[in-house]
Amino acid sequence: MSTLLAIDGVSKSYPGVKANDDIHFSVGAGEIHALLGENGAGKSTLVKMIYGLVRPDTGGMRFNGVEYAPHGPVAARAAGVAMVFQHFSLFEALTVAENIALGMENAPPRRELAQRIREVSTEYGLPLDPDRLIGDLSVGVRQRVEIVRCLLQNPKLLIMDEPTSVLTPQEVDQLFFTLRKLKADGVSILYISHKLEEIRSLCDHATILRMGKVVATCTPAKETARSLAEMMIGQELAHPPVKDFQPGPVLLKVEGLSMAAPGQFDVALREISLSLRSGEVLGIAGVAGNGQDELMLALSGERLSAPGQVVLDGKPVGAAGPNARRRLGLLAAPEERLGHAAAPDMSLADNGYLSGRIRKRLSVRGFVKQGAVDAFARKIIADFDVRTPGIEARAGALSGGNLQKYVVGREVLQEPKVLVINQPTWGVDAHAAAQIRGALRGLATRGAGVIVISQDLDELVEIADSFAVLANGRLSPVRSATGLQIETIGRMMGGDFSAAEEGAAHVSA
Amino acid sequence: MDLSVIDPISLFVGLVAAATPLLYAAIGELVVEKSGVLNLGVEGMMIVGAVCGFATAVTTGSPLLGFVVGAMGGAVLALVFGGMTQYLLSNQVATGLALTLFGLGVAALVGQPFTGVKSPRVAVVHLPVLSDIPVIGRLVFSYDLVIYLGIALVAAVWFFLNRTRPGLVLRAVGENHDAAHSLGYPVIRIRMMAIAFGGACAGLGGAYLSLVRVPQWTEGMTAGAGWIALAIVVFAAWKPWRVLLGAWLFGGVTILQLNLQASGFLSWLQSVGIPLQAQYLSMTPYLVTIIVLVVISADRTRASVNAPASLGKSFTQTG
Repeated sequence: MSTLLAIDGVSKSYPGVKANDDIHFSVGAGEIHALLGENGAGKSTLVKMIYGLVRPDTGGMRFNGVEYAPHGPVAARAAGVAMVFQHFSLFEALTVAENIALGMENAPPRRELAQRIREVSTEYGLPLDPDRLIGDLSVGVRQRVEIVRCLLQNPKLLIMDEPTSVLTPQEVDQLFFTLRKLKADGVSILYISHKLEEIRSLCDHATILRMGKVVATCTPAKETARSLAEMMIGQELAHPPVKDFQPGPVLLKVEGLSMAAPGQFDVALREISLSLRSGEVLGIAGVAGNGQDELMLALSGERLSAPGQVVLDGKPVGAAGPNARRRLGLLAAPEERLGHAAAPDMSLADNGYLSGRIRKRLSVRGFVKQGAVDAFARKIIADFDVRTPGIEARAGALSGGNLQKYVVGREVLQEPKVLVINQPTWGVDAHAAAQIRGALRGLATRGAGVIVISQDLDELVEIADSFAVLANGRLSPVRSATGLQIETIGRMMGGDFSAAEEGAAHVSA
Repeated sequence: MDLSVIDPISLFVGLVAAATPLLYAAIGELVVEKSGVLNLGVEGMMIVGAVCGFATAVTTGSPLLGFVVGAMGGAVLALVFGGMTQYLLSNQVATGLALTLFGLGVAALVGQPFTGVKSPRVAVVHLPVLSDIPVIGRLVFSYDLVIYLGIALVAAVWFFLNRTRPGLVLRAVGENHDAAHSLGYPVIRIRMMAIAFGGACAGLGGAYLSLVRVPQWTEGMTAGAGWIALAIVVFAAWKPWRVLLGAWLFGGVTILQLNLQASGFLSWLQSVGIPLQAQYLSMTPYLVTIIVLVVISADRTRASVNAPASLGKSFTQTG
């Protein structure tokens, strides 16, 4: 196999960190090559250099046998490198065709472009309507737009940064079909993902980064997910938490909860009913944008309902705000870390105070007890292994995974009766994710009820005792998580709730 | 009351002229906001344009040169704003407000020697035959070149934003600057160009005020026109043709209330037992604009769809 891209001793430093340190590896023509590593291992910096967004301090690259040093994404695209971003680089108020035209150098006139979009998207099994607004499309379809945008430029190398983290199992199959077809057409793919099983089935080779250095190369099919994870973190992986579900009394009951959509691109909640018992972890799956955020807001108290629609420990709290619910023991950790779960420009200590004020008694008669606040923040940092210079660090300065650990730790250490958490390990590496899951499981063991809303099905299968799916604002019947098939979940996510009944009895009281 | 002094044709002709300064300022601000920048300094840029244009026209005797220098004055002030907000990352709202205060002050200083001076006349374009057609000739063919250019500018901006690639890139930058950056578009450079264009337009609008509308220099002569222009952009939901509509609405109510005052409407009101002071009539253009704004923006979801998603947010380049 001939070499398409050769990375030759590339290094890149930022103040205080060496993001990439003397990286060597190569991608062959028509190869799917995985790039693995924990958060902060240097994967993003490396692919940004290949795509011309960042320039290396030292070292060089060769592409197709010639010297390659792109001075920007435009030059990278001209050379034949295309990239699908983790946080999509799409514009919600523009149409599919406009979004695609923005990613091309010589976009043809509108009608011709629309025609080509239809052709290419059908050829690769990614049907698209060029005239739809991005804001109206589901996450899976948005990703198609990104991929078709890349394909229209006939790339030689396609970089994909965590493409499957937001897709349903069916959409993942569809994506893999497309990628394999591309590979057959001779396109090389550089594939970044935290989902190790996917990498094992899809990728030909893998390069593993740790702390900015290449620590191993391997053939994923010959490894196990566990051995891959251990190569990434450089130590033995924590064992998955043991499920020891002893159903206790009902802690939280939601009945017939309906709510109008808060905004144009949001979802209305329809007739949501569930009950959560002491010691139970309830996993709620669903594709992004099916009502997860809205359900979160209704449970946390940011949006109010009729009092009896949310009942906590026998008390109706539907009309009570977040602070009243916190006082009674219902805590929440939303998905959006910056701006919702944490105030980016405030210190970690202050962010701890914002949520822990009531239950940790961090203020007295309107004055902040600074000593207690600092001690609380230090305890979170120590117990949850948050890597930060100290409690005075700005929340926004932490990496996503570290801030997530802080946010989860802040709620868990308040020993809530019920914790509702949305996407607990989104964008978090395997090691930190295992820690977070362990903490949630531990909370349930101590008698709390935990609701985990997540798009990561493996995660839900690992920690949930009972399981339900949100689809288009409706919640499926709750069923036991034991013996759950990924395929069944996929059908439930598509709105086929009869699948929930198959092969398992109701666990919901 | 003598309503016969209100002639619908001269009302329309008057409204088009009265709307022109607003039209320039608003269409310029629309482009700026479409690129994701909120420049609240329109009032300041207008008055600097007004004084630069007036001083130049009086000194050189050439109104054309006056308009050119007026536009340049507005653009220079806008670039000060751009430098501070785009490169030094100062807050856009605060900087825009400061720009207005600064512009009003500078204009008063520069304009001191020109108070009470008359400016050279700006010629009306007289087209043989066309301008002599009854009614239509006055309605359509009786204006100066700047008015025609203003309407052409609205069309050009619409075409630029909706039909050209640079226009698409500009909208993309205003919609999501991080995504635009990761696709390789120079966010800050594009925004600086939009800001300079917006400043030049506001300057032109100001120069039209001091050279044609009034036509003389008085301190604070923009009298809130810049703020109305900002309101019109929102009222227009960032659509060029609606900017024209909004400007004409404000201009229309302005002219109508002036005509009503002249017609003896107030003394007639007094005679039927409603003593109303002239100031209340003078308020109507502002009131009508505010009411229309509130009614239009009551539909929150629709307004938020049209608003550029990155409006007013600073862009910091990472990596």
